Amino acid sequence: MSRIITVLLLVLTTSLTTGTARTEPLTIYTYDSFVSDWGPGPEVQKRFEVRCGCETEWVAVGDAASLLTRLRLEGAAGNADVVLGLDTNLMTEAVESGVVSEHGLGQMDFDLPITWDDPVFVPFDYGYFAVIYDSEVLAEPPASLADLVSGGSGPDFIIQDPRTSTPGLGLMLWVRTVYGDDAAAAWEDLSSRLLTVTQGWSEAYGLFLEGEAPMVLSYTTSPAYHQMVEETDRYKAAMFPEGHYMQIEVAAIAASTDQPDLARDFLSFIGTPEFQNVIPTTNWMYPAVDPGDALPSVFRELPTPEISLLLEPDAVAVHRSDWIREWQEALSR
Amino acid sequence: MMVGHRTRLWPGLAALAASPGLAILAIATLLAASPGMGPAGPGSGFDSYIWRVLGFTLVQAGLSTILSLAFALPLTRALARRPVFPGRSLMVKLFGLPLVLPVIVAVFGITAVWGHNGAISNALEAMGLPGLSPLYGLSGILIAHTFFNMPLGVRLLLPVWDSIPGETWRLAGQLGMNSWQIFRLIEFPRLMAAVPGVAMLIFLLCFSSFTVVLVLGGGPRATTLEVAIWQALRLDFDIDRAVALALLQVSACLIAGILFYRLSRTPISAPTEERQVVRPDAASRFGLLADIVWLTAGFLWVMAPLVAITVSGLAGPVADVLGRANIWAAAGRSAAVGVSAGFLALIIGLMLATTARDLAVRSRRSRLADWLEIAGSQTLIVSPVVLGAGLFLLLFPRVPVFDWALPLAALVNGLVTLPYVLRLVGPVLRRTAEHHDRLCAGIGLSGISRFRIVEWPALRRPAATAMALASALATGDLTAIVLFGLDPDTTLALLLYSALGSYRMDQAAVIALLLVATCLSVFIVIEGLGRAASRIGTS
Repeated sequence: MSRIITVLLLVLTTSLTTGTARTEPLTIYTYDSFVSDWGPGPEVQKRFEVRCGCETEWVAVGDAASLLTRLRLEGAAGNADVVLGLDTNLMTEAVESGVVSEHGLGQMDFDLPITWDDPVFVPFDYGYFAVIYDSEVLAEPPASLADLVSGGSGPDFIIQDPRTSTPGLGLMLWVRTVYGDDAAAAWEDLSSRLLTVTQGWSEAYGLFLEGEAPMVLSYTTSPAYHQMVEETDRYKAAMFPEGHYMQIEVAAIAASTDQPDLARDFLSFIGTPEFQNVIPTTNWMYPAVDPGDALPSVFRELPTPEISLLLEPDAVAVHRSDWIREWQEALSR
Repeated sequence: MMVGHRTRLWPGLAALAASPGLAILAIATLLAASPGMGPAGPGSGFDSYIWRVLGFTLVQAGLSTILSLAFALPLTRALARRPVFPGRSLMVKLFGLPLVLPVIVAVFGITAVWGHNGAISNALEAMGLPGLSPLYGLSGILIAHTFFNMPLGVRLLLPVWDSIPGETWRLAGQLGMNSWQIFRLIEFPRLMAAVPGVAMLIFLLCFSSFTVVLVLGGGPRATTLEVAIWQALRLDFDIDRAVALALLQVSACLIAGILFYRLSRTPISAPTEERQVVRPDAASRFGLLADIVWLTAGFLWVMAPLVAITVSGLAGPVADVLGRANIWAAAGRSAAVGVSAGFLALIIGLMLATTARDLAVRSRRSRLADWLEIAGSQTLIVSPVVLGAGLFLLLFPRVPVFDWALPLAALVNGLVTLPYVLRLVGPVLRRTAEHHDRLCAGIGLSGISRFRIVEWPALRRPAATAMALASALATGDLTAIVLFGLDPDTTLALLLYSALGSYRMDQAAVIALLLVATCLSVFIVIEGLGRAASRIGTS
């Protein structure tokens, strides 16, 4: 009898302790296309969960620029452990608003076009913004950024809102880098050919593929998707001699995390081939660590810009809200 | 004569603390938040962008008003000129539907008819003609506002024609007046008294339009103050700008509201006889043709989006969408927000109406009573977005605002739907006092037992209808939840917005239909409670 009770107690306590030992899932905030069925999310989740023996919860928060707003709105009470999908343009503001903390991982090796030694952010991929056009509708794409801007009421173009979307922000900075203080005038010229301004990249690219407009703002790497998955050369990137603005997408530990160790594990996982090899054919960007032969040959054949443009994170932080107001004003005219 | 009946002020004062008390608190918060919080210091929110947004808001509201009335006036005249035709009363009822349809659902219906891939565009393309261009910006906003406000105009203007006495028509017939003379001498003077008020109301509604502009406005060029407030708060987290926009919105609405109040003071006299009258110009063949054209156009204008919502909803991936667990959880939350908002509106409304009644009937202070009810119905001036923004800034960052998204949405909606409750419940309460005060005083009936025996039997039906209406409207609301909600599957309206935003039209169709069904169920169940209660009461 007493043995039965002992066994029962044992079963009870073990089930209780395993119940409590099961940790909360690691909550990762990211942008919506990252976790879509065809995005990197599902595969990355599977691989990391096997590695850590834990669970992860992925929260999609619109496009990437709204990630920062969301973290600021939630503050310390938020649920985020990791934020994945900000880019260099938003790094300084994220640090200044106290929503991210240092990773403490020391020096990591990346194959980026720039050297990387940031104490907070870990890069996971990069790419170059470009105007993607439908060559079946548009035989002659704009030959330069100037051509696109001053093309008058040419073919329609879909862009993203710089307040919510990192590609939208990227285009705004691209125009700023090329036109300087004449950026407002350039936006006024460009506005006549904008079909719409979407909140995120997914919406814009979806509209473009539906044929609503022959041009959309995306990446030089986007045609790789159509070449590999759809086996078509129909969609191409228009290469501009003024240069292309670069995007480096980054992840960080959220300041609101209650499991910083697990969050740190995830950040170091980002630098491994397990994570990096998923990126090219799901996020359709260049991985932050060159995977050698694992990179599909299509990526090596893609055109790369002769000049790549990138503003310092600090410079963007100082001017971003002024430039967004300038953009809003130019487009509301 | 007034023995035994004191005027109770506390229910009205308590209700005033909620409305307009909370609205005043919200504006005070906005004013207090104005200086110093932003990086650029006080007044930095007012820049040329804001004035341009104001400009667009005025232009679209003005054009929407003109279009709605230009459509409503000939249509109402046609309805008035044809007092008997099959389906007439159904048509008048149909014109009441856009007022209770969730705005986000109506917007979906409009894109399904008028959009780039909508029914009309596809039909044109099938005939080898060029399709319609995408429904972004001003044109989409104008179509949607005319969809809502043309029927509203018809419903508000029809009584103007009904108020023309039969003697007038007989006289007009004896004098052999033609259609133009009838318009000039009989209809025009009456319209001049009524149209400015109706126009001002439509202008005010379009000026504060949120959901339509949020979905159909294309980027910074087509943004109203209301949407810009939301963008500043939720997209930019630019408090200076949100405050500047909100203060501008309130000031503009206050001016428009005072104009509306002054313009709509001419009461429409009741018809002198019930009998159907025959107008002397009803027989003209040209007039008949014109009436048929207007009536058909009006019917199709309102009906087409409603049909589109039903048809595309049923044709969509019903099993796929309804199979998702988050859909049903969202539907439950929508209904919960709706019912709580309706209950809140009913309680505050009853309290306010009781004191207003006491003041009007017992203390003979009817002007004060009117002001009390106007103060309760301030939501035309302090829009839900401004109210929400004020509450947001009041609570943030002390309270985790987003965890309180549902109660906050219910609170804002309860205040927004309060005017409906006041309008339905107020007159009934006044009547019971007028009819029964003396008798009750005579037999010493007062307090709770008087409420149970005298007021409640008369109130049950209108109270249930008022709460049902308020709940149904709040169930389909997007404005408050898009301000406070974080996750796109919080409510059905938010799910529908995110499906529309990512152009998943087939899924949007099913969600839209489910949202309509949810609102309708909420309405029917609550209104049914009133009926059931009445039946028990009378048996």
